Amino acid sequence: MALPSYAGPLETFWYYAFRLFCGMVFIFLITPLLIIIPLSFNVEPYFSFTEGMLEFDPDAYSLRWYQEFFASERWMAAIKNTFIVAVCSTFLSMVLGTLAALGLSRSELPFKGLIMGLLISPMIVPLIISAAGMFFFYSSIGVSQSYMGLILAHTALGTPFVVITVTATLSGFDYNLVRAANSLGASPTYAFFKVTVPLIMTGVISGGLFALMTSVDEVVVAIFIAGAEQRTVPMQMWAGIREQISPTILAVATMLVCMSIMLLSTVEYLRRRSEAIRGISAH
Amino acid sequence: MMANTVEAEGQLTPDEQKRLTSDMHRSLRRKKVRALFLVAPLLIFIMVTFVSPIATMLFRSIDNPQVSEYMPNTTAALASWDGDSNELPDEATYAALVEDLVVGRKNHTIGKAATRLNYEKSQMRSLLTGTARKAARLKPPYKAQLIKINKGWGDIDNWRVIKRESKPYTTSYYIAAFDMETTPEGEIRMLPENQRVYLQMLWRTVWMSVVITLLTLLLGYPVSYLLASLPMRVANTLMILVLLPFWTSLLVRTSSWIALLQGQGVINDILVWFGLVNDESRLSMIYNATGTVIAMTHILLPFMILPLYSVMKTIPPSYMRAARSLGATPFTAFVKVYLPQSVPGISAGAILVFILAIGYYITPALVGGQTGQFIGNMIAYHMQSSLNWGLAAALGVVLLTLVLGIYALYSRLFGGNNQMTLR
Repeated sequence: MALPSYAGPLETFWYYAFRLFCGMVFIFLITPLLIIIPLSFNVEPYFSFTEGMLEFDPDAYSLRWYQEFFASERWMAAIKNTFIVAVCSTFLSMVLGTLAALGLSRSELPFKGLIMGLLISPMIVPLIISAAGMFFFYSSIGVSQSYMGLILAHTALGTPFVVITVTATLSGFDYNLVRAANSLGASPTYAFFKVTVPLIMTGVISGGLFALMTSVDEVVVAIFIAGAEQRTVPMQMWAGIREQISPTILAVATMLVCMSIMLLSTVEYLRRRSEAIRGISAH
Repeated sequence: MMANTVEAEGQLTPDEQKRLTSDMHRSLRRKKVRALFLVAPLLIFIMVTFVSPIATMLFRSIDNPQVSEYMPNTTAALASWDGDSNELPDEATYAALVEDLVVGRKNHTIGKAATRLNYEKSQMRSLLTGTARKAARLKPPYKAQLIKINKGWGDIDNWRVIKRESKPYTTSYYIAAFDMETTPEGEIRMLPENQRVYLQMLWRTVWMSVVITLLTLLLGYPVSYLLASLPMRVANTLMILVLLPFWTSLLVRTSSWIALLQGQGVINDILVWFGLVNDESRLSMIYNATGTVIAMTHILLPFMILPLYSVMKTIPPSYMRAARSLGATPFTAFVKVYLPQSVPGISAGAILVFILAIGYYITPALVGGQTGQFIGNMIAYHMQSSLNWGLAAALGVVLLTLVLGIYALYSRLFGGNNQMTLR
């Protein structure tokens, strides 16, 4: 969208004003993520830049908050809990979600609209309502304040992402490939694992990453149904921000930003690979 | 139809034809069952772990067991009492009450019934628990003695409240959620202006969500347009700036807005350093409605940009060029040609942002202060602090109805093609 050569002064002005505006929006989007990185190395317990930091005085920077983080038993326990819950719920979401997506993509399935609506409802219902309902129900069946309860809850919240991404992958799926495999003598199971699974794997993995991110980032349901034993990283951050805000939070935040950069790269890589497989040019 | 053709050719006997039809039916049924089998595990899982909790909440909002369960004798005795008669209940009812108070105090259950009644009329708790302490020492006849202990027992309105709330189901939580009250005579009326909380809170939630949706549209539309019209390679690079916040933890983004906006934060420091603001009069941009709007606009902006971008990608740029070549000014070409085609993206993005915003809890709780709280914070307050779970459930049902209503309206207006997918 280069500026056309016939553009008048007004149009030229608009063109640059528009780009300037967009540039500012991009700055608005990214600054909050970048600003916390230098702040997390602050030697003082402040949430702003000190004079020393602005003068690039090496003494004004330190790894103090990172040391505090790694020395804290609470944070380490939180990482362990987050890991356990996220891995279990992501695995469950991927298995259940992929199976359901395979069923949903068959034209013979009755009540498709209703089933789809129910399956993606955890994504539409506001989290605070899910949390309140789960609090009532999970404590009545005795799984609140347990890993089990938290894993079940996070699986329910994560599956819609897997269902949606895998259904989308299957919408471009050529069933003739499976028929070809069958006609060449492959058993249905063999054809499924050798033909279907490799082709939908990108969808399964990117749905799984969404589910993983949901679990790692989820705090509303967790603060309602998890006990002190199951305290996750977001719960610890939530408590930290509410009680007394220390730059340890910013150190954690910086590490989480690095994690999201890695996740984003993986998802982008998978998306391009899937487009390449399906014959859609990435450029 | 196929069977008819076959019959016309006379190659199948009626018997064979019947068998063929039933075989086809059976095969179709088998396929249906197989598809259902694949969906069943997740469907059952979601029904148990997600749908039944929501159903439990619906039930909680009308469930009213406390009075009938913990004051069974009084409940039974009041059943025959006519609340409109302007006469106090008879001696037998007072005797039943004393019995309930004595048992309730021993089992530590009278507090639950007292708390429940206190939601309906203040001072009911102290009336019940205070009398319960003395009830064991009383000898019949009770009526005059009870009224002597506390004048409340001579107040017919208190008895009417007990009778009303001794029913197993109640609408009183919804009445409270809409800032209304039931008078002792059984009429429903609005609370006095200065005691209304929830309607105002609901209205503020909707209003602020609209502001946030409009802001994300204002910021997101130009950016999506730019991304859709730039060459793919550049657009993909710039897209990282949209996707990185999208993939970053909500709590990370909220805490970085605290670092940016607070009194001693980065933005105020910069403004003071440039001399735009006095050191004494730093701007208060956080712990109020402004903080909530800024932080939530940032958090929800990617949810506006992504659907807008995916729709704008499908609008061929040649349409705009055609309009220009036919003499339209850039403005007219945009309004008449481009804008109408981008409406599906606008509606999908707006509905997504609005629905997400209206149910927010974490960000308003952390940066909202007094004036930036949402209805979700009220639900959490009643769940965790005041422990009025019935009211929390009723407020939750109101919010849920609102969200589902908006969602249904959206799918009515914009049809089946659901843009609420992720990229």
